[in-house]
Amino acid sequence: MKKVYMDYGATTPVDPEVITAMNPYFFEIYGNPSSTHSYGVDAADDIEQSRLKVASLINAKPEEIIFTSGGTEADNLAIKGIAALHENKKNTKGPHIITTEIEHAAVLETCKYLEKTGFDIAYLPVDKYGLIKTEDLKNTISKNTFLLSIIYANNEIGTIQEIEEIGKITESNGILFHTDAVQAVGKIPVDVNKSRIDLLSLSSHKIYGPKGVGGLFVKKGIKIKPLFHGGGHEQGKRSSTLNTPGIIGLGKACELGKKRLVTDSKKMIKQRDTLIKNILGIEESYLNGHPNKRLPNNAHFRFSAVEGESLHMMLDNKQIAVATGSACSSKKLKPSHVLLALGLTPEESHGSLRFTLGRQTEDTEISYVSKELPKIVEHLRKMSPLWKK
Amino acid sequence: MDEKYTEKVKDHFFNPRNVGEISDADGVGTVGNPTCGDVMTIYLKVKNEIITDIKFKTYGCAAAIATSSITTEIVKGMNIQEAKKLTRDNVAEELGGLPTLKLHCSNLAADALKEAIKDYENKKKE
Repeated sequence: MKKVYMDYGATTPVDPEVITAMNPYFFEIYGNPSSTHSYGVDAADDIEQSRLKVASLINAKPEEIIFTSGGTEADNLAIKGIAALHENKKNTKGPHIITTEIEHAAVLETCKYLEKTGFDIAYLPVDKYGLIKTEDLKNTISKNTFLLSIIYANNEIGTIQEIEEIGKITESNGILFHTDAVQAVGKIPVDVNKSRIDLLSLSSHKIYGPKGVGGLFVKKGIKIKPLFHGGGHEQGKRSSTLNTPGIIGLGKACELGKKRLVTDSKKMIKQRDTLIKNILGIEESYLNGHPNKRLPNNAHFRFSAVEGESLHMMLDNKQIAVATGSACSSKKLKPSHVLLALGLTPEESHGSLRFTLGRQTEDTEISYVSKELPKIVEHLRKMSPLWKK
Repeated sequence: MDEKYTEKVKDHFFNPRNVGEISDADGVGTVGNPTCGDVMTIYLKVKNEIITDIKFKTYGCAAAIATSSITTEIVKGMNIQEAKKLTRDNVAEELGGLPTLKLHCSNLAADALKEAIKDYENKKKE
């Protein structure tokens, strides 16, 4: 069996069509898009085409897309950029910003940082499937709340929030709605208008584009304070010479993503559901996340009496690459905050594995994993003093 | 700073020695905590103060399993007094080192061995 990659949630390979699209921008159309000579103008024109493609994937207007270095920067720009315009709210009755307990570190750590500077942040809990309760959100909003930031689809467990419902609440309460949609864009339909989203973060390398580029959608009319000061690029919202090859790559990736969304997701849902059915055949194995409100490519399991890093290493030894929420594989030696937020015990969290499928995933790979994983779990359980059977 | 597992750690993880239980063990020691992600039990058979047989069961990461496995290899056939002197550092050295993060959390086999020896000595007194 050749190597099996089931960690598309971490990153994806770059689509060959994306590489072809990017190629001319290294040697031929290499001008600085800010330059007014033909080299610059050509690059700038193509960047605008790319902006159009990115906007089209999420039903935005091109001028509402700010190119960034990736999802983390987009999240930081959105949250810090809005908070900076509400400095006067500090030391008033909060919460000023509402987020959730299951955010990606890019949002969670940004919020914790703002908390230290004097903002009051509320972290909404989630149910056992990873969904927030809209009632909780309604009850948490105060007259000084100016921003909600919630992950569209969770990067670990794949749970998709009720985004439209949430958008109605933020709109009627006059607060801005930011969503980290890094895992959602390109995998499920995302429509910023329909969902009344004000700010949305996306990333290129999760959708078969190159690493180091992403974007922030900022709805027309919304002011945001920049993180970087300099030449005033991107309407003054993000100074820095534009990363032309990266932006062209992101644009192509979005174009392909839009074109392939339905076929890709149909294929992955079928493969995902086969994998889930097969793996849940293992005694005392459980699916983490929501049974159907989940990303088409995400299957997240936990196994009692075995530890995730060991599972991960044994799978790697069988040429299968996955991710684990185990503390033992994290630098902080703490179980995943997302799994704990679901109400799992640290012990339950340690035995978790995330499989994320992609365009290249083949049915034979699903069968191979379904055959190898039960043997690995059994082998480790035979060694485990916690397995009493 | 090498944060990867050595070949010896991998060898003991993928091919653990002396896995199992001893039903009529002379000493049993368990350390660790499932909350932290590591639990080890060591079973001893002792004759004339010599460890004649040793088995282990471990729940945990690769480091936890490898340290358990090599500990059983080191002390099998050893005098009890000598085996008592085995430290966590000795175990890590035998494996050619452990990632810094794993040195404290998963390197519990020497402690499990000490517990098993204590259990043996307590039983002997009875």
